[in-house]
Amino acid sequence: MNAPVFDLTLIWVGIIGFGLVMYVILDGFDLGQGILYPFAPDEQARDVMMNSVAPVWDANETWLVLGGAGLLAAFPLVYTVFLPALYIGVFLMLAALIFRGVAFEFRFKANKSRYLWNWAFAGGSFIATFAQGAVVGTYIQGFETENFRYVGGALDWLTPFTVFTGIGLVVGYALLGSTWLILKSEGYIQDWAYKITPRLLVAVLVIFGIVGIWSPMIDDFLKDRWFSGVTLLWVLPLITLFFAGWIYRAVKKRQEGYPFVATLGLFVSTFVALVFSKWPYVVPPNYTFWDAASAHESQLFLLLGLLFVIPFVLMYSAWSYWVFRGKVKAGEGYH
Amino acid sequence: MELDPLLLSRIQFAFVVSFHAIFPVFTIGLASYIALLEGLFFKTNNPAWERLAKFWTQVFAVVFGMGVVSGIVMSFQFGTNWSNFSYATANFLGPVLSYEVITAFFLEAGFLGVMLFGRNKVPKGLHLFAACMVALGTFISAFWILSANSLMQTPAGLELRGELYHVASWAEALFTASFFYRFWHMVIASFLTGGFVVAGVSAWFLLKGREVEANKKALSMTLWLLLIIAPSQLLIGDYHGLSTLEHQPTKVAAMEGNWERGTGVPLILFAIPDQENEKNHFEIKIPKLASLILTHDFDGELPGLLDVPAEERPPVFIVFWAFRIMVGLGVLMIGFAFAGLFLRAGGRFASSPWFLKGLVAMSVSPFIAVVAGWFVTEVGRAPWLVYGLMTHAEGLTPSLTGGMALFTLIGYILVYAVIFSAGVYYLMRVFQAGIEATDDDKEVESDHAKRPLSAAHVPLEQGDKA
Repeated sequence: MNAPVFDLTLIWVGIIGFGLVMYVILDGFDLGQGILYPFAPDEQARDVMMNSVAPVWDANETWLVLGGAGLLAAFPLVYTVFLPALYIGVFLMLAALIFRGVAFEFRFKANKSRYLWNWAFAGGSFIATFAQGAVVGTYIQGFETENFRYVGGALDWLTPFTVFTGIGLVVGYALLGSTWLILKSEGYIQDWAYKITPRLLVAVLVIFGIVGIWSPMIDDFLKDRWFSGVTLLWVLPLITLFFAGWIYRAVKKRQEGYPFVATLGLFVSTFVALVFSKWPYVVPPNYTFWDAASAHESQLFLLLGLLFVIPFVLMYSAWSYWVFRGKVKAGEGYH
Repeated sequence: MELDPLLLSRIQFAFVVSFHAIFPVFTIGLASYIALLEGLFFKTNNPAWERLAKFWTQVFAVVFGMGVVSGIVMSFQFGTNWSNFSYATANFLGPVLSYEVITAFFLEAGFLGVMLFGRNKVPKGLHLFAACMVALGTFISAFWILSANSLMQTPAGLELRGELYHVASWAEALFTASFFYRFWHMVIASFLTGGFVVAGVSAWFLLKGREVEANKKALSMTLWLLLIIAPSQLLIGDYHGLSTLEHQPTKVAAMEGNWERGTGVPLILFAIPDQENEKNHFEIKIPKLASLILTHDFDGELPGLLDVPAEERPPVFIVFWAFRIMVGLGVLMIGFAFAGLFLRAGGRFASSPWFLKGLVAMSVSPFIAVVAGWFVTEVGRAPWLVYGLMTHAEGLTPSLTGGMALFTLIGYILVYAVIFSAGVYYLMRVFQAGIEATDDDKEVESDHAKRPLSAAHVPLEQGDKA
C-alpha cells in the first residue's frame, strides 16, 4: 500500500468533535427541559417547556445517531471498545431516549394519560443524561483493553467517580435548559428560570471543581499533563470561569440571550479542556486516535458524502431555528 | 442452566431487527404510493386523489416516526453485541451504515418537512417533487442497508490485512453477487406491504360504508398494482433462489429440507426436520419438483445438508418453515390479486363482503412474509456471520456475558412492547378517524411541534377532542 497522501485522521477528529459538541449543546438544552420538568411551577409551564424544544429535539438527537455511525466509520476502535464496556449504560441511555421521544409525540395528543407522559419525559431525560455523564467519567477513568478489545467487566464503568460525573452532567444540562428557557419564555415562567439559573451555575462550578481535583487523583496521565509544569492548558479553566461570570452578570441584568450563549461557551471550553487532558488518547490508556482510525480509503469514501451533506443539514438546522425564533407563549405553541 | 451470550445476542438481534424492519418496509412502499397519488392529483386535479394522499401521509408520518425511534437502537447493536464483527469489518460497514444515516438525515432535513407540512404553503409542483424525493430517499436508504447485508451473504471486494478487512474495491463490495436480487426482492416486498395495507384499510372502510367513492378508487387502483407486483415477486424470488443456490448451497438445502445431495429432488410440502438425526419426519412431497424449480430440469442435481459437517449447518427447522410461511403467503397474495381481477365485473371487488373481509385480514400478511423472509436468509446463513469468513461466535463481543445479554434482551422487549402498543394503538385511531378527518385543516395544539407525528391530527384517547 502506498502511504496516504494526506492524513485524514485529524480531519475526522475535527468532524467527530464538532458532531459531539453539536450533540451535547443541542440535545443538552432539550434534555435539560426534562430534567427541570418535575420542578416546574405548574402544568402550563411544562407545556411551554416542552413546546420550547418540540420542533427541534429530534433533529438535535440525529447528531447522536450520526455520531454513532461516524465513529464506526472513522474510529471503529472507539465504537467497539466503548459500546461493550458501557453495555448496560448504553442500553439505559437508549431506552431512556426512546421513552422520552415517545413522550414528545404523545403528550400533546393525550389528556387523561398526560401525567404518565410527563414522567416518561422527565425520567427518560434524567437517565439518558446520567448515562452520558457516566461515559465522560469512564473516558477519564480509562478502559481495560487487550489486543484492541475490551476485556473488563460489565459494571467497571460504574464507579463513584462516574456516578459523580453522571450527576454533574445532569446539573450541566439543567443549566443549559434553564438558560434556554430564559431565552424562549416570558412572564412567571421566565422569572422562575431566572431564579434557578444562578443556583444551577453554582452547582455546576462546584461539580467541575471537584471533577478537576478528583480526575488527577485517579489518572496519572492527566495529572502529568496538568501539573508537571507551567502549561498553556491553565488558560482553559480561566476561560470557563470567565463564561461562568458572564452567565451570572447576564442573569443579574436580566438579559435574555446572553445567559444561554455564555453557557454554550462554558460547555465548549470544558470540552476542549477534556480533549486536551487526554490528547492524543481516545481509548485511554492504550490507544490514540491514530490507533483507533479506520483505513484511509474508508475515511475518504465517507468524507466525500459528508462534505456534500453537512452544509445542507446546517442550513436546514439554522433555518428551522430561525423559523422558530421568538417566545413560546403560555397556552399556545410557537407560530 | 448456563446463559449463552451468543444465543441470547442472536435472539436479541433477531428481535430488534425484526421489530425495526416492519416500519421501513411499510414506509418504502407507502412513500411511493403517496408520490403516485400526488402525481395523479397534480395531473387530473381530482380532489379525491388529494384527500387520499392527505390521509395516507398521516399514516406515513406515524410509521416513519416509529421507524426512526426503533432504528436508533440498531445503530448501537453492532457495537454492543457484535464488537469483533464490527471491528473486523468497520472499513466497509462503517461508511456504508453512515451513508444510510446521512441519507435519512438529508431526507428529514428537507423534503420530509415539505411533504408533511407544506401542502398549503408551497406550490403544487414543489409539493409533488418533495413527495417524489422522499420516495427516492427511502430507496437510497434501502440500497445501503441491503448492500451491507449482501456483503455478509456473498462477500467480495475485501482484503484481509492482519485482523482487519480492507476494502480493495468499493464497486465489488457494494454490488456483490446477491445484491441486485436482494434489493429488488425487498423493494417489491415493500410495494406488496404498502399495497396490501392500503387495500385492507380501503376494504375496511368499504365494509363500513364510509367514503365509498374515494376508497373504491383507492382499492381499484391498488388491485391493479398488486396484479402486477405480486406475480413479479414470485419471479424475482425465483432468481434470488437460483443465486442463493450458486453462492450458499447449504442455505437452499435447509430451505428445501433436503439432507442428501441428489438428482430429481422432490419438493417437500410438509415435514418436521430433525437436526440431530439428520432426516425429516412426516414428509409430504411432490416428486422431482424441487429440482425443476431450482435447476429448471426434472433431473437436476441439488446440494444436501449432509454436504457440510454438522456444525456448518443452519437450524433447519426455522429456515424450512420460515421459507414455507413466506412462499405460502406470497401465493395467497397472488390469489387475492387475481380474485380482484375476476370480481371486476359489476364492481363486485368493492362490494363482495367475503373478498373485502379477506383483504382486511391480508393486510398483516406482508409483514409476516417479510419477517419470515429475513429469517430464511439470516438464519440460513448460520453459522456464518459473514459467509465463509467469520462465524457468529467469532463476531461476538468478547467481554459479553450471558447475564448482560439477558438483561438487555428483556429490556428491549419491554421497551418495544410499550412503544409498539402506543404506536399501533394510535395508528388504529388514525384509521378510525379516516379520510373524513383530513378535510378539517384547522390548526390544533399538536401542530405546533413540527415533528413527523404532528402530521397526524388524531387525539390519543377515545372521546378526546384535541
